[in-house]
Formats: sequence, structure tokens, C-alpha cells
Amino acid sequence: MKYLLMIALLLPAFAFAGVAKDMADDPVMERRMMHLAEKVRCLVCQSEPVSNSHSDWANDVRQIMREKMTAGASDQEILDILVERFGKSVLFDPPVDKETIPLWSAPFVLLFVGSGILVYQLRKRKGLLVEAQLSAQDEQRVAELLNENPASSPATVTSNQAKDSQA
Amino acid sequence: MMRFILPLVIFLVLAGFLYAGLGRDTREVPSPLVGKAAPAFVLPLLHDANKQFSPQQMQGQVWLLNVWASWCGACKDEHPLLMDLSRKNIVPIVGLDYKDKADDGAATLRKSGDPYTLVIADADGKVGFDYGVYGVPETYVIDKQGIIKYKLIGALNTKNLQEKILPLVAELQAQ
Repeated sequence: MKYLLMIALLLPAFAFAGVAKDMADDPVMERRMMHLAEKVRCLVCQSEPVSNSHSDWANDVRQIMREKMTAGASDQEILDILVERFGKSVLFDPPVDKETIPLWSAPFVLLFVGSGILVYQLRKRKGLLVEAQLSAQDEQRVAELLNENPASSPATVTSNQAKDSQA
Repeated sequence: MMRFILPLVIFLVLAGFLYAGLGRDTREVPSPLVGKAAPAFVLPLLHDANKQFSPQQMQGQVWLLNVWASWCGACKDEHPLLMDLSRKNIVPIVGLDYKDKADDGAATLRKSGDPYTLVIADADGKVGFDYGVYGVPETYVIDKQGIIKYKLIGALNTKNLQEKILPLVAELQAQ
């Protein structure tokens, strides 16, 4: 009974093996197709390439790619066919043209604007710096503080060094 | 003062972009086919495989091409609207049964009503591919010269029908 159950559990695997193979007969072409499909966006799953998707639509696109390749179409011709039907957004790497120039220039525009703001802010901050006016009393205090306990300072350093070497 | 205004402006701009993004349907990819001639094809009718249909037959009239399938859930949502539109007899509606078994498609229409002037069967989806179909249902408005004027991805609703499709049909019919 246990074995029968185990065999029964294996049956779905056989059922799966019976599904039509979704591959070109020519492995070289299949590799070329998958490489090309990496550049194509799966429109029903958005951020996934057609090469990775199991959606019905992606399957269809891969099948059409195989057919076009068998018919002798070049990679570029196949991409053109897809763009013609689904628009440039079907490509992960859309060409630079009138329509996509805002997309392509956005990082540079942001960089330019950002560095402009940075330079402006730094200049402004520099202008705010004013040399402090010290009174004679302050000057004297500074001198006192700087010369305070000249003997104790080296001692502190030594004790720090001792700690460092211990560590 | 600037120290408060600048972050506020940046915040408002960002919030504006994000708000606009919220309302957008990511499935809505602008179709490059709008403004171009509807791709030619010859396909058998669903109800009579011996008869064929090609878009040239619609030359001279404005028509809707509605892509649907028996397996498509959203098609059921828009079905009553299509029935209503067909009763009003404003514009011929050609149904394209996309990647469907002919029996299933015909059974669906028998059961829930057939709003179409005629139905064509695109069993392997090749014509659908040429029309850039990737989400069913889709509806195309095609003018008298056979140019695609509008493409709706997703189901018809009273809003897009009343605000976009019907006014466009009326405008094209007047030309």
C-alpha cells in the first residue's frame, strides 16, 4: 500500500514529461533566441525579461522568435518587429531618440542640478564665516589655556601609549 | 526662510510624481499602432469556418475590433456593455476570439449573448500578435480608411466608453 502511494505520487511527474516541448530543435538557435529574449521586457510581468518568464505571452514571444529565426530573420529584425507592435518600452535598453531623451538624460540632469545646489550651498556657507574678533582678555585666556600644565601633557600621552600597547 | 521652502518644494514635487504614479496603470503601454493602418489578415469566422474575414471588408466604415476569449475573466465584466452597445446599433463590433478553442468561444456566446456583428477566430494568436495584443480584452477603434485611432488595453467600462470611445467613434463617423 505504501509503495502504491509512492508510485501514485510520482505520477504527476510523468504527466509533466508529456507536455509538448517548448524548445527549438537546434540548440544553437535556442541559445541565440534566449540571449535575444533577455533584452525583451515581458509586458505582462513588467520587470522580468521574456527569457525568464513562464507567462503565456512570453511563451508566445519566444515561439515567434524561433519562427522568425528559422525564417532567417536577424536579431535586429526581430527586435524591430516587437517594437513595431508593442512599442519601445518592450526593450530593456530603449534606443536614444526624441521620445526617450528625457529618460536617458535624467541622471545627468539630476547630477548637474545636485552639484549646482551643493556648490551654491558651500559658497553661501563660506560667506557666512567671519573671523572672530577677540578681545585682549580673550587672547590672554587662549594663551593661558595653551600653556597650561606643560609638564602634564607628555604624561597623558605616555599613559595613552601604554594603554595602546596593552591592547 | 529658504531652509524651509526648499525641502517643502522638493517634497511637493516628489509627492506630485508619486501621486501621478499611483493612478497610472502599468499595463497601459502606449501602442505604437495608433495612427497606423490596421494590420491586414485573413481569418475564418467563428461560427462558420468556411467563411473568411479580412479588415478590408470594413473599409468605408468606422468599426470596433474587440479582442476577447472564453477563458478571459475581464471579458465577462465588459460583456454587458458590449451587449448594450450592440443593441444601440451605433457601430459594428467585430469580435476576435483570441487563442481560444472554437467550441469554447461559440459556447460562451450562446450562453451569455453575442454582441458582435461577426466573430473571427484567431486560434493560434498570430493576428493578436500583429495587433500587439498582450492583455485580453483589448478594443481597437478603426476609422473609415482602416487606420487604428485608439487602442484600449483592458476591459471597457462606462467611463472609458462614454468619455473616450463613443465620442471618438462619433467624430470619425462624421468625417
